[in-house]
Amino acid sequence: MTATRALPLAPGGQLTDGIRRILSSRSALMTYLLVVLIIGASLLVNNFAQPRTATFLLLDVVATLLMAMPMTLVMINGDIDLSVASVAGLSSAVLGVLYSGGTPFWAAVLICLGLGLVCGLFNGVMTAYVGLPALAVTIGTLALFRGLALVVIGDNAVANFPEAASDYATGTFGNSGIPLVMAPVAIVIIIFAVVLHMTPFGRGLFALGHSMEAARFVGVGTKVSRLYSLVASGFIASLAGVFWTLRYSSARSDNAIGLELVVIAAVVLGGVSVFGGKGSIWGSVCGVLIIGVVNYALRLNRIPEVVLVTITGLLLIISVVAPSLVASWSDWRHRRRRSRNRGSVTTTAGATSA
Amino acid sequence: MTDTKTSLPRADSTDTGPARRQGTGLLRVFSMREFPVTLALIILVLFTWLSNPRFLSSQGLKDLLLNATIMMILAAGQALIISTKSVDLSAGSALGLTAFLTGTLFATFEGIPIVVVFVAGIALGAALGAFNGLLVTTAKVPALVITLGTLYVFRGLNNWWAGGTQYFAGDRPKAFGNLSVTTVLGVPIITIIALVVIVFVTMFQRYTRSGRDLYAIGSDPAAAVVYGIPVGRRVFMAFLANGALVGLAGVLYASRFNSVGATTGTGLELQVVAAAVVGGVAIVGGVGTAAGAAIGAMLLTTITGSLTTIGVDKFWQQAVVGVLILASILIDRLATLRRASQLRKATQ
Repeated sequence: MTATRALPLAPGGQLTDGIRRILSSRSALMTYLLVVLIIGASLLVNNFAQPRTATFLLLDVVATLLMAMPMTLVMINGDIDLSVASVAGLSSAVLGVLYSGGTPFWAAVLICLGLGLVCGLFNGVMTAYVGLPALAVTIGTLALFRGLALVVIGDNAVANFPEAASDYATGTFGNSGIPLVMAPVAIVIIIFAVVLHMTPFGRGLFALGHSMEAARFVGVGTKVSRLYSLVASGFIASLAGVFWTLRYSSARSDNAIGLELVVIAAVVLGGVSVFGGKGSIWGSVCGVLIIGVVNYALRLNRIPEVVLVTITGLLLIISVVAPSLVASWSDWRHRRRRSRNRGSVTTTAGATSA
Repeated sequence: MTDTKTSLPRADSTDTGPARRQGTGLLRVFSMREFPVTLALIILVLFTWLSNPRFLSSQGLKDLLLNATIMMILAAGQALIISTKSVDLSAGSALGLTAFLTGTLFATFEGIPIVVVFVAGIALGAALGAFNGLLVTTAKVPALVITLGTLYVFRGLNNWWAGGTQYFAGDRPKAFGNLSVTTVLGVPIITIIALVVIVFVTMFQRYTRSGRDLYAIGSDPAAAVVYGIPVGRRVFMAFLANGALVGLAGVLYASRFNSVGATTGTGLELQVVAAAVVGGVAIVGGVGTAAGAAIGAMLLTTITGSLTTIGVDKFWQQAVVGVLILASILIDRLATLRRASQLRKATQ
C-alpha cells in the first residue's frame, strides 16, 4: 500500500523509472524485510502463526508505534525528542492520581492529553524560539518530566481503572486477534502520513531538515514547523502514556521508562536520518514492527529476553552501516574498472551507485 | 575522511575552544565556561553545609566524593566525544561490561594482581570504544545512531555473559575494595585516581596538538578537513580514549559498589551526557573541557545528597535535576548571545 506514499514526488512522465525508484526505496526495502520476517517466523517458529501472536505483538508495540509517528516528523526536522517516555510516565502518573482522587475518568484523560500538549509546547518553544539544541533541551525535560511524575505519584501505584477502558485497551476484534486499539492507532498513523507526505507543511519539514536557511528562503515557517512537530510529540506521548496505564492497569511513575531510545532506534531503522531531511511514516511503521516481530519470534523460541536487545542493536547498526558499505564497495569497483580501462574514455558515469 | 556532521546543527556557538585569552584576571575567571557550574556547586555545598554542618564532616565529604567519582570519569570521557560534535550513548553498557569483567577476573583467578585487572578493564573499555570509533569513522554514520546501536549490543553481550550471575564485594580482595574506603587527606583513593585522570585529559585537550584538533573538528568538521586535520583519526582516537576512561570507571565501579551483574550501569548514558552539558560542554561541539564536565557530574550527583540533607522531599530531586540541566543550557545560550553581540560591537 504505502510504498507510494514514501516518494509521492516521483517524476510524473517516466512512469517505469518512478516505479523502479519506489520499489527500491528505503521504505520498500523495509517492507520486504518485514514481510520476509513475518513469513519466515510463521514457517520456522512454532506457535507464531496464530491470532494470539497478532494480539500480543501489536499490544506490545502500540506505545512505541504511537511515539514513532511524531518522532519521525521531529527527526526529519533535524531535531530529536528524548523526553517522550518521560511525558508518557508523567501522563500515566497524573491519570492515576486524578482518577483515584475522584475525577471522572474521561476528564482525567483529557487533562493528561492537555498536559502532554503543554510538555510538547515547552520543548518546542525552548528549541524553536529560544534556539537551544533539541538534544540538550529534551535531555533536561527527560529528567524534569520524570521527576514531576515522581512528585505527583511518589512510589504509589494506582490500579482499578474503569473496566470498560481496560477492556478496550486489551480487547480484540472478535477472533481475529487484532487489538481494538489498533483502530485509533491506525487513524493516528494515517493522519501523520497525510500530514507529512501530502501537505505543504509536511513537505516543508523535509526542506527544513535539509537546510533550515534554504527552507526559510522559500517561505517555510521553520520555527512554527519545529514547534508543531514537538507539540505533536508531547501530545502523542501522553496518549501513549494513557494507553500504557490501561494496558498494564497500573499508573506508576516509572511507566515506559527508557522507551525513548527504543522509539528512536525503531525510527532510525525505518530510514529516518538523524541529520534530518530523510524518512517516511511507512518506514517508521516498518521499523517498529520489524523490531516487534523479531523480538516476539525470538521470545517464542525461548531466546532469553535479555539477549534480544543485542538483536535490536545489531539491526540498527547494520541498517545504517550496510548502505554506506554497499556504496563504498561499488565505488571501489567503479574506480578499479576505470583504472583498468585507463586510456579509453571514462564515460561510465551511469554506473554510479544508487 | 569522516562525516562527523553534527548530531544537531542548530544553535550557533560563536566561541571557539576554551582558551579565549581576552580579558584579564578576575574577568577571565568569570568568563570561563566552567565558572557558572563551579559557582553553583560551591553555593550548593555551602548552603547545605550551613543548614546541616554534618554534610561536610569527614564521612559526609567522603560519601560526596565517592558518589561522584564514577560519573566524573564518564563525563570527562564524554567531554572528549561531545567536543567533536559526536555523542556516546553506549557508555553505561560499556561500563557494565567492564565492571562485570572485573568481578569475573577476581572470582575466577584467585590472587590476580589488582594492576592486571585495571589493565584488563581499561583494555576492554578501549576495545569497545575502538569498535564505536571504527564504525563512526568508516561508515560515516552519526555517532548518535552507532552508539545507540552499541548501547543495545553491549548490554545484550553483558546479559548473555552474566546471565543471572552476580559477583559481590566478598568475591574481590579486600585491598581492591579498600580503594573506595581508604582516604588520603579525606579523599578516597578512587577519587584521587579520577582527579588525576581528569586533570590529564583536560591538559591534553588544552595543550596538545591533537587535543586542540578535537575542538576544530567540533566547530566545523568541513573546515577541519580543509585545514588538513586527520579528522577520522582524531575522532577514532577520541572514541578510543573515551572507551579507556569508561573501562577505568567500570573497574572502579566494581570497587565502589557491592554487586556487579547483567544490569550494571543501565540508564547511565543520558545522565552522563547531562553532566557534560551542565559542565559547559555544548552539545553542538567545539567547546568545553573534561574538567568542566567532571564538575557538572559532581553537581548532579551532589544535588541529590544535599537536597536530602536540607530536607527536601526525595520525590522532588529528579525534577530539580531536570531544572538544573535546562537552566544551565539556558545560561549558556544567553552568554553566547551576549558574547556574540559584544563581538559585533567590537568590530564595528
